[in-house]
Amino acid sequence: MQDQKLWTWHLAAGLVILVLLGLHMAIMHLDAALGIFNPSGGHPIDWANVVARGQTLFFSVTYVLLLGVALFHGLYGLRNILLELAPGPGLKTAISWLLIITGVALFVLGTWAAWKAHQVALGGVLV
Amino acid sequence: MTADSKPKTVLYRVLRFEPEGSSNPRWQEYTIPYTSGLTVLDGLWVIKEGVDPSLVWRSSCRMGICGSCGMFINGLPRLSCNTQISELGSSTVEVAPLPNFDILRDLVPDLGPMFDHHQALSPFILRPDREELEKPTAEYYQSSAEMERYLQFSYCIKCASCIAACPTVATDPVYSGPMPLAQAQRYNTDTRDDGFDIRKLALRGPQGPWRCHFAGECSRVCPKGVDPAKAIQLLRRDLVADYLRLRRPTPPAAVVEKPDDIARRPDIPEAPPATV
Repeated sequence: MQDQKLWTWHLAAGLVILVLLGLHMAIMHLDAALGIFNPSGGHPIDWANVVARGQTLFFSVTYVLLLGVALFHGLYGLRNILLELAPGPGLKTAISWLLIITGVALFVLGTWAAWKAHQVALGGVLV
Repeated sequence: MTADSKPKTVLYRVLRFEPEGSSNPRWQEYTIPYTSGLTVLDGLWVIKEGVDPSLVWRSSCRMGICGSCGMFINGLPRLSCNTQISELGSSTVEVAPLPNFDILRDLVPDLGPMFDHHQALSPFILRPDREELEKPTAEYYQSSAEMERYLQFSYCIKCASCIAACPTVATDPVYSGPMPLAQAQRYNTDTRDDGFDIRKLALRGPQGPWRCHFAGECSRVCPKGVDPAKAIQLLRRDLVADYLRLRRPTPPAAVVEKPDDIARRPDIPEAPPATV
């Protein structure tokens, strides 16, 4: 069950990444055509534009979603590569847990950062 | 090697291993005369009959059907009976037992683990009407198009060439490997079969197709033109669809009732009585 489930989620995460990363690339590199995401003009990563995007719930949620699916997709892929090195059963379990802990820690950190950025964009104070 | 430049002799380098003697396999060389049409297996017989009777390998049919004589010949897993010396492009023939298996003796690999995996995936028709299956009263219906969905996978002769070529099998003893997985797909695809849910119990875990990274070597070396790599991808697709509940299970094909209103043409004789 485990592998059937994980592989299916791996594929699903890849599809979500395809959409969200496509959106990210479009915002960053097609800013002339998609000025809607860069209301202050200039470069897409100018502070005013970042704040404008960060104020919307849509972007805050998609930041966290992209972080989650990218971490799962990437770390599961990394696990597959590491298992190619034929580790023993104990090491295999250790690799799995190390990657789970790493993924969860990075997700919590990234979610916290995205939430703080959302608050700052809405006019709060960065603490 | 062209027809004009055929060598007069062939140098065989054979990996020898005696389990009761030295623990390490060793190379041994034999020079035999070349004759037109000589296969690698023919050459081994020449060595055994005229030079070294202690040389051991497995072979049977000599015509690429039984799958016994898979060997690692000049860097590729091949059937020795199906491999002409002239097609190797070299007057040196290097013969070793198939990789990814323990060696029992000389050129004889221990195929036990492969057949354990094979057996665990129920490579036979599974369906609820056991009585009809054991004592058939008629045929199960299957169209030509339905048969073609699995036909190429049924050409497998279990020679283990694909297992010997698989980089995932080389690193993971739990992974079933190309042959057992292709056979699982062969029976899952058969419209007469109803065993998907039973095979799934093993396939959804680490024995399943998940660790394949599509090197494709299994399909490249298969002497029967089977495409196990494709079977593995199809198996994955079906299992993913099953997890997402997108797979539509269909009941196994029913027995075709004999029509009542037909009669044998008088000019067609009756079949002879069964001999077994």
